[in-house]
Amino acid sequence: MDRDEVRRIATLARLKIPDERVPRMAAELSAVLEFVATLNRLDLRGLEPMTFAPANPPLREDELDGRRLGAEIALAGAPERDAAFFLVPPIVENVNP
Amino acid sequence: MSANELWRLSAAALARRVAAGTDVAAAVESGWEGPGAAWEADVHAVVHADRAARRAGAEAAKPGPLKGVPVLVKDNLCTTDYPTTCASRILAGWRSPYDATVITRLREAGAVIAGKGNMDEFAMGSSTEYSCYGPTRNPYDLERVPGGSSGGPAAAVAYGLCTLGLGSDTGGSVRQPAAFCGVFGLKPTYGRLSRYGLVAFGSSLDQVGIFARHAGDVAATYQALAGPDPFDATTRLTRAPDVSRWDAGVRGLTFGWPANLWQEGCDPEVVEGLERAAEWLERAGARRAALEFLPGEYAVATYYLVATAEASSNLARFDGVRYGFRHPDSADVLALYTRTRSAGFGPEVQRRILLGTYALSAGYYDAYYLTAQRARTRIRREYDEAFAHCDLMLMPVAPTLPFRIGEKTEDPLAMYLSDIFTIGANLAGIPGLSVPLEPARNGLPRAVQLLGAPDSEPALLRAGRALEVRGDVARLPRENEVEFAWPTKR
Repeated sequence: MDRDEVRRIATLARLKIPDERVPRMAAELSAVLEFVATLNRLDLRGLEPMTFAPANPPLREDELDGRRLGAEIALAGAPERDAAFFLVPPIVENVNP
Repeated sequence: MSANELWRLSAAALARRVAAGTDVAAAVESGWEGPGAAWEADVHAVVHADRAARRAGAEAAKPGPLKGVPVLVKDNLCTTDYPTTCASRILAGWRSPYDATVITRLREAGAVIAGKGNMDEFAMGSSTEYSCYGPTRNPYDLERVPGGSSGGPAAAVAYGLCTLGLGSDTGGSVRQPAAFCGVFGLKPTYGRLSRYGLVAFGSSLDQVGIFARHAGDVAATYQALAGPDPFDATTRLTRAPDVSRWDAGVRGLTFGWPANLWQEGCDPEVVEGLERAAEWLERAGARRAALEFLPGEYAVATYYLVATAEASSNLARFDGVRYGFRHPDSADVLALYTRTRSAGFGPEVQRRILLGTYALSAGYYDAYYLTAQRARTRIRREYDEAFAHCDLMLMPVAPTLPFRIGEKTEDPLAMYLSDIFTIGANLAGIPGLSVPLEPARNGLPRAVQLLGAPDSEPALLRAGRALEVRGDVARLPRENEVEFAWPTKR
């Protein structure tokens, strides 16, 4: 993995790696990726990817039991709130800044 | 026995005392006053503790098989009476509005949540060195790691702060610290302990695990916690296996002996411990069956694609919007997410998120993630095949005795490879038990690992008990616990 790739993946993951740490991160990740390439030595022909989904999953009753978190509890940990809303910086670019 | 000594008792013995009239608060505080005062400043197993909360928990203790027993729970298990931070800045000070199911069930059984234990951040690590609160140290040698990621609870049980511990095991994070701290550590069959309220790392791999100093205590705790939970759709719907006959011995059981796995790369003291354990099991009436098993490197490679992919998804929720740390003065949400996550997550967490994101990204998904999921099927089949020929498998927990603090933090891959014997069980969803043996020559804890097919917890515990009594199953009836090998101050 090269440095540009690290920056590209970091953007996808909503992370910013400081410039001075990018080379080291690239080296560490490359070492791990080289190691995981050992999987290519395994005979995996005919094997389906493993999932945990059962063929006929049991379905629960389509009813509520009355339990609710409630808005006050849900907002209790909010870093910034405005009444019943979590407050965040602009999502869409301001047309009239 | 004075209140000063209550901390030495097993959970079973302590609960009997409380049922007979011993004060619950005394039972809970004993560990904090005695060993806590002597050890905690050096070991640093605890990250959130509150005497008032302990007292409230003691007063509210319900009648049950674990009444009055203090438990230290890993900081990634949601508790209403203590913060839950996963040892991360990004959840600094966060209070969960609900208890994890395993916490609720502990309280139903009468146990008292005595505090939160240190861990590697978001359970990503094998040494408890990646905590935002600083490392936990091994009570048997303060210059060494207690293992990870559940190092706090493991160390606390080892030095006597608490009678029981709860951790989580995604790649070995209960079994390996149990081995490094000389206590029992059980990773249950996937789906047998509810993950509701366990902060998710790798959802198809995570299981809550149990730490105790005695095999019977592991059984009692498992019995109180295991079983279906409507709040966790991955729990198995059938009743959990019955572990009440944990003391029934191993006569008639066969254990697999995959010696090819430790021909190279294992500390000779670890191998010697393994051979001694095999002899004890044979002396107790079990039969050894040699077999060859797939080397663990493939499991490690598979894991560092599957677990990191799942982690990159699970940790996407930490963005500064609804809870925890929020980086101030961000111009827009993209900046909010990026600055919050970059400042809030430690380097190992960021490394794993990047790996996982890469493995799932367009163009690489087939080569990495899908390949790993196929390899996982292969690994599962290897275990199925082995358990067609034996009831249990005996192997090391870790290739080395506890390593020094700082020894592996410069080399992530070296750290990852220390999980070479534990990771396979998480990939296959099978249970595993770390069983302490006599210490190594240098006084460091030493252990072996027992693995079994899904729902083989009864057999694992019977074998663990046989090892606890060194093969002399007739000699020590159930009521007599084996004296625990307490750490001593150097």
